[in-house]
Amino acid sequence: MSTTQASAAAAGPDEPAADNYLTHRRGVRSWLLTLDHKRIAVMYMVAILGAFLLGGIFAVLVRTELLTPKPVFLGNAAREWDLYNHLFTLHGAVMVFMFVIPGIPAIMGNFVLPMMLGAKDVAFPRLNLLSFHLYALGGLFFVYVLLGGVLQAAFGIHLPGGFGLDTGWTFYTPYSTGKSITGVIPATMGAFIMGFSSILTGVNFVASIHMLRPRGMTWFRMPLFLWGLYATSIIQILATPVLGITLLLLLAERALGVGIFDPALGGDPVLFQHFFWFYSHPAVYIMILPAMGVMSELVPTFARKHIFGYRFIAYSSIAIALLSFLVWGHHMFVSGQSPLANAIFSLLTFSVSIPSAIKVFNWLATLYKGDIRLQTPMLYALGFLVLFTVGGLTGLFLGALATNVPLHDTYFIVAHFHYVMMGSVLFAFLGGMYYWWPKFFGKMVDDRWGRIAALVVFVGFNLTFFVQFVAGSQGMPRRYASYPEKYRIYHVISSIGAYLMAVGLVMVALNWWHSLRRGRPAPANPWGSNTLEWRTSSPPPHDNFAKAPEADDPYDVSAWRFDQASGGWVHEPAQRGFDVVVPPTKA
Amino acid sequence: MSQTTPVTDPHDHPPHLAHHYDTPQQQMASGKLGMWVFLGTEVLMFGGLFVAYAVYRHNHPEVFEYAAEKYLNKIWGGINTLVLITSSLTMAWAVRCSQLGQKRAMVTLLGLTLLGGVAFMGIKAVEYHDKWKHHVFVGPTNIYRQAQSPAQGESTASAKPAAPAADSARLKQEDPNIGTSDEPRLRPLAAPPPGLAPAAKQRGGAEVHDPQRNQRLLVSTFFSIYFLMTGLHGLHVLVGMGLISWILVRGLRGAFSPQYFTPVDLVGLYWHLVDLIWIFLFPLLYLIH
Amino acid sequence: MTDPNTAVQTADHVHVVPPRVLLNVFAGLLVLTVLTVAATYVNLGAANIWLALGIALAKAALVALYFMHLRYDSPFNAVVLLCALLFVALFVGAAVIDSHQYRVEFEPPPVTGTP
Repeated sequence: MSTTQASAAAAGPDEPAADNYLTHRRGVRSWLLTLDHKRIAVMYMVAILGAFLLGGIFAVLVRTELLTPKPVFLGNAAREWDLYNHLFTLHGAVMVFMFVIPGIPAIMGNFVLPMMLGAKDVAFPRLNLLSFHLYALGGLFFVYVLLGGVLQAAFGIHLPGGFGLDTGWTFYTPYSTGKSITGVIPATMGAFIMGFSSILTGVNFVASIHMLRPRGMTWFRMPLFLWGLYATSIIQILATPVLGITLLLLLAERALGVGIFDPALGGDPVLFQHFFWFYSHPAVYIMILPAMGVMSELVPTFARKHIFGYRFIAYSSIAIALLSFLVWGHHMFVSGQSPLANAIFSLLTFSVSIPSAIKVFNWLATLYKGDIRLQTPMLYALGFLVLFTVGGLTGLFLGALATNVPLHDTYFIVAHFHYVMMGSVLFAFLGGMYYWWPKFFGKMVDDRWGRIAALVVFVGFNLTFFVQFVAGSQGMPRRYASYPEKYRIYHVISSIGAYLMAVGLVMVALNWWHSLRRGRPAPANPWGSNTLEWRTSSPPPHDNFAKAPEADDPYDVSAWRFDQASGGWVHEPAQRGFDVVVPPTKA
Repeated sequence: MSQTTPVTDPHDHPPHLAHHYDTPQQQMASGKLGMWVFLGTEVLMFGGLFVAYAVYRHNHPEVFEYAAEKYLNKIWGGINTLVLITSSLTMAWAVRCSQLGQKRAMVTLLGLTLLGGVAFMGIKAVEYHDKWKHHVFVGPTNIYRQAQSPAQGESTASAKPAAPAADSARLKQEDPNIGTSDEPRLRPLAAPPPGLAPAAKQRGGAEVHDPQRNQRLLVSTFFSIYFLMTGLHGLHVLVGMGLISWILVRGLRGAFSPQYFTPVDLVGLYWHLVDLIWIFLFPLLYLIH
Repeated sequence: MTDPNTAVQTADHVHVVPPRVLLNVFAGLLVLTVLTVAATYVNLGAANIWLALGIALAKAALVALYFMHLRYDSPFNAVVLLCALLFVALFVGAAVIDSHQYRVEFEPPPVTGTP
């Protein structure tokens, strides 16, 4: 390669493309009917962040009610907390189905997966668009449920199908099939439809990874984010249909009175729990695997070091996906499951922690003797390491039968799953968003405010949830709106933490908003990663690549050098042949 | 290796080959893989219903035997099985014809497959109607949910006077075997484990302890499972018929050729899955003995 | 961009199933159907259901391998189907084992007064 070619190669992708995927076509129809995976990802982003806002507002309302054991505004003088039940249910349902499960795959997976493959799109672009519209349609059902709740609470207007939802996000029978007068049917239909969105995304990703890998990218030369998405897709394909049939059976029971879950009709409510958790346990791995995939991209990039233990991480992803199907009974230790099943599930639960731990050790080994850059995405990655360790370890306490009995249905559980779903998945989500934001929108985010916001979120998170471990181990039950005075201190601290976390998240939102309006234009590769999405301009052109990139080791970060002038990293692969690469600055 | 990006809209690609694929073979293989993955999800979805079936049949085999023998007709079920198998043959043959560009044969065979679907649904309609005639519905209107058993010899104390008699009289008219030795009998419940039988209590009215009632309720559970499984399957047959009609129309318009027959192949896979599910439903529901 | 490791059917011609094969499979399915109905007239006790499932599995294999082309396709497609069936079996097995343990007749609440 000659000097001019080197500088041309360096300069090309860094210049914002005259026509990129955002400007390629204009108008609402060009977005709603797009087949471009990047635009679909952006539409998902808007919807998913909206859902996060909604779920977050519910959380803040719940935590405010919990400041004191007396009714604040979600209960009445007779100490009936119907509204409280609705709010924690909807917080859970909206967060789980509309934010945490789709979050990383729908936004970052959709945008980045084809680009990491050097491809022009996913395997089935029209199916991808359908996935998005199914998500939106399912979301509308939830909006209907919420609207019904608001109208009923504020004005006494009853929408058909029930209003609000107070069954807990777990929909346990027989309350959900009989006594509850809330919008179980529309909520179930919404979740059913969103389930199909998830399934079709899984189908798309599996086919894409199998069929669209470029020459030179064998399975073990693929970025680990793709391994994470592949493992996630396996679960989406095998588990989500079971959620579908569970919800159908719930609908049949409630609307048609079939009676297979109702003991008064010879049915078995524990059977519902088997159905529900057969999906919902693997679902939590749908949540964490993409997050771990993001971690595997962030850590080597910001430690300027090759990932340690690539094959271990890859195999662990698949192992987690498969083992996740063997442990669902650990949610049912005290529900009336047989002692035999209890013992088997407890034993298997310990096994699923092993591949997760392997990953954590590999990330730590990657950091060891690395050249660590504490930019915003890295702060979230480090936060993940701390919080996932806490969440994962507390999961082990819960997996042991003897300790599960006093801890089940207490705040210990609430803290555990928030550490893994929020402390881990949300942190990876935010880290990934900051990481790929320049690629999505061609703008850099202010790193100083990003780091401040990250710290605020981290402190707020721990303040909110660490005390909940203590409260739970002291016996504070979950889903209770009122409590004995001795728990009050924990609730007050937790609520203050929640407010602080909310402040931090608002700072993140403002940070992003400001970037869109006045952010510095982004170079092609602001972070110096070697995966293929950084070989094209930020934002990318409609077809992703002007010239299909050559696939090489995705973690060879030594191939890049930081260029002060452009504020980005430029590609200078190690000399392998007889051609001498002369960097422009040394000419 | 890379394709030059055309100056015009990159979505103006050659017919059938999408712009993100290099070769038609890659596209075809990708479509097939995607379809198989989707079929996998359908298997898992129906699998849930098989779980419900397995749990209830395992715990109450006598209920399943009684209900299947009394209400499910092996002949109709068997005919339906043969209908679906034949339609699978015609579908597979239609796919072969599409691969060879034999348009007329393909369209004919697709039409025959469609007829098979119609026949299947027709027989299903007959079966369902037959059950509904006997008031065997899904849900609380199912006759086995009512206080009085329709089967002879299971009357409970303080029965409602008029309705039960009318029910069993009507049933007797429609099914001459009722009350005779040819009628399948629900075997009596085994005595519940000690400590679980509710002690007889007086609570302002005569309390009736009716061990038969539990088993009668479970017959309605059998039918819930039966209607859900065959209903969901029937829905898939209807969807399959819609898909076949769609490719039949496209085929008539000459959309398929030996270079491009993927939709026929993929719809064929879906139809075969529908057949596969029935292959399991048939013995599990109809051939219980 | 097609990598030989990924492409499953790089040959230009696609395998077409001969009519002879289709008809033989059809005949096999008919025979097995008759067999499974006939088997219900023979009382083998608990083995009946396993026999019926075995025959159903054989029929399913014929449909999958020949009508659905799995015999001639990329092996991964067969892996997908087998995995799905395996997980259904896992689910059924676990649920049955668990409910078997507390195999108590669920007594609905007693009827008070008139039913």
